[in-house]
Amino acid sequence: MNGAAAKIRVRGLRKAFGAKRVLDGVDLDVPEGTSTVVIGGSGSGKSVLLKCILGLIEPDAGSIEIDGRDVLRLPRGERAALRRQIGMLFQNGALFDSLPVWHNVAFGLLAQGRVNRAEARTRAVEMLAQVGLPATAAELWPAELSGGMQKRVGLARAIAAQPAVLFFDEPTTGLDPIMGAVIDGLIVDCVKRLGGTAVAITHDMASARRIADRVAMLHSGRIIWSGTPEALMASGNPYVDQFTHGRRDGPIRMELRG
Amino acid sequence: MVNTVLDGLAGIGRAVLMLCRAAGALVLFALVGLSHLLRPPFYGRMFLRAFIEIGYFSLPVVALTAIFTGMVLALQSSTGLARFSAETAMPSLVVLSITRELGPVLAGLMVAGRVGAAMAAEIGTMRVTDQVDALTTLSTDPMKYLVAPRLLAGTLALPLLVLVGDILGVLGGFIIATVKLGFNAATYISNTLNYMQTIDVVSGLTKAAVFGFLIALLGCFNGYGSRGGAQGVGAATTSAVVAASVLILAFDYGLTELFFAR
Ligand SMILES: Nc1ncnc2c1ncn2[C@@H]1O[C@H](COP(=O)(O)OP(=O)(O)OP(=O)(O)O)[C@@H](O)[C@H]1O
Ligand SMILES: [Mg+2]
Repeated sequence: MNGAAAKIRVRGLRKAFGAKRVLDGVDLDVPEGTSTVVIGGSGSGKSVLLKCILGLIEPDAGSIEIDGRDVLRLPRGERAALRRQIGMLFQNGALFDSLPVWHNVAFGLLAQGRVNRAEARTRAVEMLAQVGLPATAAELWPAELSGGMQKRVGLARAIAAQPAVLFFDEPTTGLDPIMGAVIDGLIVDCVKRLGGTAVAITHDMASARRIADRVAMLHSGRIIWSGTPEALMASGNPYVDQFTHGRRDGPIRMELRG
Repeated sequence: MVNTVLDGLAGIGRAVLMLCRAAGALVLFALVGLSHLLRPPFYGRMFLRAFIEIGYFSLPVVALTAIFTGMVLALQSSTGLARFSAETAMPSLVVLSITRELGPVLAGLMVAGRVGAAMAAEIGTMRVTDQVDALTTLSTDPMKYLVAPRLLAGTLALPLLVLVGDILGVLGGFIIATVKLGFNAATYISNTLNYMQTIDVVSGLTKAAVFGFLIALLGCFNGYGSRGGAQGVGAATTSAVVAASVLILAFDYGLTELFFAR
């Protein structure tokens, strides 16, 4: 694929919660230095996929290769080392509510011993400026922030340690369109400037086109389509078409109650 | 008829199996938590926070419990002992009951309600809002960062609390004895000190350390494993307090056997 080596290669990944099969044989390649956008309906398992790659959820079967090494079959220490290069923006922000904003942002840097506490504060303010937050926000508590601000703090925290791989779980959901575009720009920046690799989940087609080098669609536990963002809107795949155009009628049936 | 009996047996079997599974998971959790106390990095701030939360902020409730317990012990035993004309044994009875038994057990139960619940709620909320997962992605082991410091803090803080409680409990008995029951203050104190042995206090403080560990362990264990939003966190909080209270009473018996049975 583009000649670039796959930074992350997922094969036959399966995960069920009880009787509910969420991932049912996912194959996904994320080439190094590109950003891949994963789209798919609510509850289709996008977040679970990222958490499996991060090692936060133990998959039932399949393989996950990072840098060509299967993390599920490595000893704990090496496994953790491979995964340490991945930063993650959680869907709900997942900010530590017992720590002020600056400490949240600098948490990874402090944990890796790369800065002391005095430097951490300055670095945090720098990172906050990058996501469009004023220095005054650094002293606030997460509970004092709006949802969109929490998301941006989460983003600042994820990119602060400049990880080689970045996962974004719905980075622009809950942001106004302008801030959404700014965050998209920031993600593209991270990938292009730092030579990083990104996987982003989004429901926002405009955002997907801005970020993505490749798009993959997850449906009923598998990647049913993948291609370039240009091909996305005219994929010819009825599932993808229904999703990208937001049609009510089509092959995808939303499970509605009642 | 036979079927209902078999169903009943199967139910009991399932319950026993589940209990064994839970106990195994708890022991494993405790061992992993303890192993993190031996390997760096150490989170001193987290320890200090937990220690202050357990030790300092539980002082009022433990102090009040101890004082009233000492007072009621004096009152009860003086009327009870009067039947055998043995009122003079009252000071030693008060001090033995407090140091060996009531000090650690009552402090343990009060702290389980206060601190065990708070720990389960805090860690449980962190779990269901992905904060525990976020720790992992930020090069921090949640067992090391959240659990290990609390286990250590519980184990060290409760004995100190109980020491304060012991003193206040004896003071409560002393106040009632001298003010209300007409004991001579000097006799009361010398009686108290003469009959008290090191083992009484040491056994009580050892119990306190074990109870403190159990409270923190159950709080962390239930919070760490909680699932499913606010309701899950609520359930985790309840089981943290209930399980810690039951285990405190069970271990109290076991430790008493260990120290005093011959
Ligand atoms: N820890 C868990 N235990 C049980 N079921 C889970 C768990 N995590 C996720 N699920 C289930 O897995 C399915 C996929 O969840 P996931 O969060 O991955 O969806 P998603 O694609 O990210 O949806 P959304 O776009 O709404 O975020 C859901 O049906 C959810 O109920
Ligand atoms: Mg999701």
